[in-house]
Amino acid sequence: MTALDEVKIGGLGASRLRVEDQRFVRGRGTYLDDIKLPGMLYMEIVRSPLAHARITRIDTSKAWQIPGVRLVLTGEMMAQRNLAWMPTLSYDTQAVLATDKVRFQGQEVVVVVADDPYIAKDGCDAVEIDYEPLPAIVNPEQSAAPGAPIIRDDKPGQTDNTCYRWEVGDREATERAFAEADVVSSLKLHYPRSHPSPIECCGAVADFDAGTGKLTVYMTTQAPHIVRAAVALIAELPEHQIRIVSPDIGGGFGNKVPVYPGYVHAILASILTGRPVKWIEDKTGNLISTGFGRDMYLDAQMALRRDGKILAVRMHADTDQGAFFADAQPSKFKVGLLHSAFACYDIGIGYITAQGHYTNKAPGGVAYRCSFRVTEAMFFQERMMQAAATDLGMDQAEFRRINLRRDVAFPARTPFGFLVDSGQYHKCLQVGLDAIGYDEFRREQAAAREKGRLLGIGISTMTEPLGAGNSREYDILGIKMFDSAELRVHLTGKAILRTGARTQGQGHETTWAQIVAHELGIPADDVVVEEGDTDTAPYGMGTYASRSTPVAGAAVSMAARKVRAKARKIAAHLLEVSEEDVEWELGRFYVRGAPERGASIQECAMAAYSNMPDGMEPGLEATAYYDPPNLTWPFACYIVTVEVDPETGVWDVLRVVAVDDCGVRINPMIVEGQIMGGLTEAYAMASMQFQTYDADGNMIGANYMDYLLPTAWETPGFELHEVVTPCPHHPIGAKGVGECAAVGGPAAFVNAVIDAIGDAGVRNIDMPLLPDRVWTALQTRQSVSGAPPVGRS
Amino acid sequence: MSFSKTVEITETSADTRRITVTVNGTPRVVEVEPRLLLVHLLREGLALRGTHIGCDTTNCGACTVLHDGNPIKSCTMLAVQADGHEITTVEGLGTPSELDPVQEGFHREHGLQCGFCTPGMMMAARALLDREPDPSEEDVRWALSGNLCRCTGYQNIVKAVLWAADKQRGAQPAEEDAR
Ligand code: FES
Ligand code: FES
Repeated sequence: MTALDEVKIGGLGASRLRVEDQRFVRGRGTYLDDIKLPGMLYMEIVRSPLAHARITRIDTSKAWQIPGVRLVLTGEMMAQRNLAWMPTLSYDTQAVLATDKVRFQGQEVVVVVADDPYIAKDGCDAVEIDYEPLPAIVNPEQSAAPGAPIIRDDKPGQTDNTCYRWEVGDREATERAFAEADVVSSLKLHYPRSHPSPIECCGAVADFDAGTGKLTVYMTTQAPHIVRAAVALIAELPEHQIRIVSPDIGGGFGNKVPVYPGYVHAILASILTGRPVKWIEDKTGNLISTGFGRDMYLDAQMALRRDGKILAVRMHADTDQGAFFADAQPSKFKVGLLHSAFACYDIGIGYITAQGHYTNKAPGGVAYRCSFRVTEAMFFQERMMQAAATDLGMDQAEFRRINLRRDVAFPARTPFGFLVDSGQYHKCLQVGLDAIGYDEFRREQAAAREKGRLLGIGISTMTEPLGAGNSREYDILGIKMFDSAELRVHLTGKAILRTGARTQGQGHETTWAQIVAHELGIPADDVVVEEGDTDTAPYGMGTYASRSTPVAGAAVSMAARKVRAKARKIAAHLLEVSEEDVEWELGRFYVRGAPERGASIQECAMAAYSNMPDGMEPGLEATAYYDPPNLTWPFACYIVTVEVDPETGVWDVLRVVAVDDCGVRINPMIVEGQIMGGLTEAYAMASMQFQTYDADGNMIGANYMDYLLPTAWETPGFELHEVVTPCPHHPIGAKGVGECAAVGGPAAFVNAVIDAIGDAGVRNIDMPLLPDRVWTALQTRQSVSGAPPVGRS
Repeated sequence: MSFSKTVEITETSADTRRITVTVNGTPRVVEVEPRLLLVHLLREGLALRGTHIGCDTTNCGACTVLHDGNPIKSCTMLAVQADGHEITTVEGLGTPSELDPVQEGFHREHGLQCGFCTPGMMMAARALLDREPDPSEEDVRWALSGNLCRCTGYQNIVKAVLWAADKQRGAQPAEEDAR
């Protein structure tokens, strides 16, 4: 009997083609908008056209008169039910429907429910609302200015526009290090507001059954169990009577984590009408009101020794939170994991402060393809690294080599408290440099410059913390961050697996089955994976922050190992030996010293239901709740080369090299797909994708005409490489990966363009590096800021 | 009269037009309001839910279908404008038992993740291969430039279409790397 070939059964390391594709390529996915229940009504939202205004009159009588309109909801009606405000996932409150004033353009003011969406829209058009405009605040500087109007006058005790203050690190030691530095390098940046913008917008179908008292909500959510808890708290419904179903999700990227007012409207509308109610946003509704990412200002300094050693870092971040603090950050970390910055470098000392500001802009600051503000951290880090190397007159690669942690340094504590546990940073960097041909490119660059051509190369190296918890440090609203899996092996050896995570394109239906195949030798094709229904899935915190594989994936392993432990007892019974004499190889137990005498996992499954040992509980299934001992720390090196046209400021990407060390790869094909998707978002942010506001608080970027996303035409090709350092604490050695390239990538593009310009005066151009900004930098030989305007129109 | 023919007359029934649209080869006669979008006729009226809606400004291409063989964005055409024309949707690709080469290519080359853009992408790809059986990478990128994908970064979508072209021409599709 030869052991099973793991790749053949679709185990670890197999680029198994995806099972979910079969329905998607036939157009047979079930996305939210595909759900149609008998008697269903449709909901539309009237949004505020103004950024900041007092509501003086709302008249809905004409809307009520339109045939087919069934319900019109106002803030006042919500307030009567104590539902005008709701808690956010970050201990703030958010208006469900505006009562007193509107605080951002696009805020929800009135809701119309009708027989079909066209009639609901007619109803919205018939609603009359009068506003008394107030001055709009569109950036942190205005927000913090003395005498600024107080946006959150609804909050008792709120006397200014400060949302939070936070600090970490050792202030005094940092001051001392700066006093001793040979060189102090500094940089100011704005990471612009960007919207995750999955192609599918957010929506819900709420179905309250008065007969059973049960509320079922189909919802575009990345975290169904968190939503169930939130609905129980907000709507004061018993949790066992709430069922949240997350159907196929048309992309999430962090946008589908928060609980939005529209969900609450749809639920109340269903309760009041006694019928199912569907709400699905239009694109403008999605872009103008739901969770954006970034919008952070950075002021950073680095203390350096002349030989290139970094002595200390100091950073202050101002975040523009919009009108409500509506991200989903771990409760201890107000500015997410910003303090993961510089984790890959051997720096002993640092100090970070952060202040959140309320403004008259859409609420959010969500983790957009990112583990809680890690994207900002790594962008600031790698832009600072470039500026510091330039100030020292040192080569970009060499400066990184001097400061990257060595392989023998693990585990190591960062000055901000993280424990980085593994990696081969120098090897990754070298693989990247060799792949791009670094030295040769530098020569080409010099030669091209003689002829007036501007070539540039940008490097970004980083490790990021993925996969929250552990639960000691990580919770959302007090709910600890762990995850879960439940595995049931049927009598014939086929199995069903459920987890508390929720796929949105990451391919869990394919990869989770591969973990089961690896642990049990059951072919992946014999394992069906289900997620997203709170009535059947075990409790979990959902999918975001690259936590599926590090946490839920680990739970899958642990559940499978529990099953294997029980199967071992059954095997001993079948083989008539004691358990200690039973050995395991993939898919099969055998008698030590007599390998031909064995029992396959399938035979054990059959016996678990038909021939179990005396006294053994029948069945073969297990549930595991997994609380990771640490975050996982993937490392990546991204290198980009560009050519800038000095006449126009247009820049073209020449090559993109990515070296990712995300530990053991479950399915290399899917991992590479994730990396390419992330690189595309990195390119998007560097080149075109941002939302801004004019001085009156009108959003620019509220539809796809203004909010530019790259197409197949602009998007460059990618060259992928890998290094594998298994995670020391994950059961199969895997680390998170979905976000690495979106996190570490943007700095590589920006560094490349700044390198191409090669002018000491141009330390920075804020993203996106639109041709006019690059051209202005070339003309003025100065940095170019992209921050929204101060001062009024 | 059978129960499926029952139509409830509500006070909302507005002025309607009778149109005939051939969808995936079958002529369909329907009464529609003049303002009804073609995508809503397909999705709601005819229950063909593979065609998706991703934006309100004709930018994303999730709603791409073929109109007399040409790719169009069905969110930007009124149903009445399709009167007398032939529409092909993702449900018209392949047969229940056999996938169209484009569908197979997307599967084999991992050309999809969340799958939301996929039907539109595949229809745009189908139209390209109908007029250009041997496209270059540049041809593919240009033909798909009206369709947005947020997940894949396009590289595998391009590979998927080239795989389909090879398969359709009877050329040996590129050997997948050690899968
Ligand atoms: S739905 Fe976006 S182009 Fe039609
Ligand atoms: S696969 Fe998700 S948008 Fe293309």
